[in-house]
Amino acid sequence: MSSLDAFELRGVDAGPAGSPILKAIDLTVPANGVTVLAGPSGAGKSTLLRLLNRLDDPLAGEIRWRDRPLIEWEPTDLRRQVAMVFQRAPIFPGSVIENLRVALPGVSDERAGHVLEHVGLDVDLLDHDAETLSGGEAQRMCVARALLTEPAVLLADEPTAALDRTARATVEDLGRSLADSGVAVIWVSHDTDQLRRLADHVIVLADGAVRATGHLDELDASDDQLVRRSVGAP
Amino acid sequence: MIAVLAVVQGDIGIAGLAASGILVAVAIAISLWRQLGLERSLLWASLRALVQLLFVGWVLQFVVDPDDPLIFSVIWLTAMIGFAAYTTSRRAPDVPRVLSLSIVAYAASAVVVLGVLFGFGIYDLEGRTLVPLAGMVVGNSLAATVLVSRQLLIAANEQRDLIEARLALGLTAKQAFQPHLRQALRTALVPQIESTKAVGIVFLPGAMVGLILAGVAPADAVKVQVSVMYLVLGSVATTTAVMSLGISRELFTPSQQLRRPTQRP
Repeated sequence: MSSLDAFELRGVDAGPAGSPILKAIDLTVPANGVTVLAGPSGAGKSTLLRLLNRLDDPLAGEIRWRDRPLIEWEPTDLRRQVAMVFQRAPIFPGSVIENLRVALPGVSDERAGHVLEHVGLDVDLLDHDAETLSGGEAQRMCVARALLTEPAVLLADEPTAALDRTARATVEDLGRSLADSGVAVIWVSHDTDQLRRLADHVIVLADGAVRATGHLDELDASDDQLVRRSVGAP
Repeated sequence: MIAVLAVVQGDIGIAGLAASGILVAVAIAISLWRQLGLERSLLWASLRALVQLLFVGWVLQFVVDPDDPLIFSVIWLTAMIGFAAYTTSRRAPDVPRVLSLSIVAYAASAVVVLGVLFGFGIYDLEGRTLVPLAGMVVGNSLAATVLVSRQLLIAANEQRDLIEARLALGLTAKQAFQPHLRQALRTALVPQIESTKAVGIVFLPGAMVGLILAGVAPADAVKVQVSVMYLVLGSVATTTAVMSLGISRELFTPSQQLRRPTQRP
């Protein structure tokens, strides 16, 4: 993936008008491997993530992706290339296959089965009521649903925060394998152990500003205690 | 053409009207007996209804007379739409642009429904028909319009995660909100459908009862009643559809983003 695939933020304010959460951010968000957004609660991690597929627009500044301002992208096209999964897996009423067909209405059972296997779920689940899935299965189904649009980037907003340890591990493994297969993953996490397992790049946000960016070993050596705490430096 | 006979047999007279007040006294007596504390409310509601209807009846005589120009009826219709829109905006104040959307919805419904009734010559276009039929259109649509407005707002606030999950999959705002729109419309329309199904079995509708009491043959009264029922169905469906489409547009930005409550117009 070329550097053009990185998200470039210049002078970005975002959040509620009048009290922005992100303030005058200048940042390059790499779009390859796994990039983890870390930092204390309220730092603006989720706010930043929602800007990248235009669920929200910035109050000021510009974001570019693939050498084009995001506001010039058709939001529906952008979102199919920059997919997103959420902390609490949103399940639509109906079966698993019906959930997958929300993303791709004409998807065949064969392809739907293939994508389920890709996220580590049994093909037999296709006809199951999606409400009956466990937390980990539901989150993986949501990833499968997002993958049907063949995105280049997957935004993951604390996707394991509501899961138990076992389910968390399976979703983490899935994130890693997606990154290895060429889908860039931008992952918000509060969990420093998870960050250390997953991150190829780390961005630490605090108080609506970028506190540090870089590889884990660079941030481990930081003089900034907040950065070291945010990445769980030994 | 449905013939509505101008009969005077239905005139119950002042004495008759006063005597029917005995039934209000019965209700008040029950309230006293069961210590419901509703006596003042019952009395106030009954007197208020009497005064309001006497006033409306007095004003109506200026618009329903065949010699009166039709413009009086049109002014009456416009005022009804304005009042209904105002009432809707009071009952669903958090709905974005509720007043202007309500005006458009009630006006659209009036145009469609009255267009059919008068366009096909089902009724003659005159004040005597325009005002009461328009009253049925607006009056019967009011509760359903408030209901659908509230339902859509609740969906936008409480089902935000599902709506944004659909948007995040690349669906348009219209597609992402469609299941919630459908549910809200069903909620508003189903009671009307149920009421239409029960008519004649569970209850006798007001227009038919009124006509029969006024001396119209039951067969003629039924024809009027059926047309009124279809009018109500059509007007509720049209008003709620226009209102819900308008609200749906206001809930999203042109960039297919679900507005937060503070971002709504």
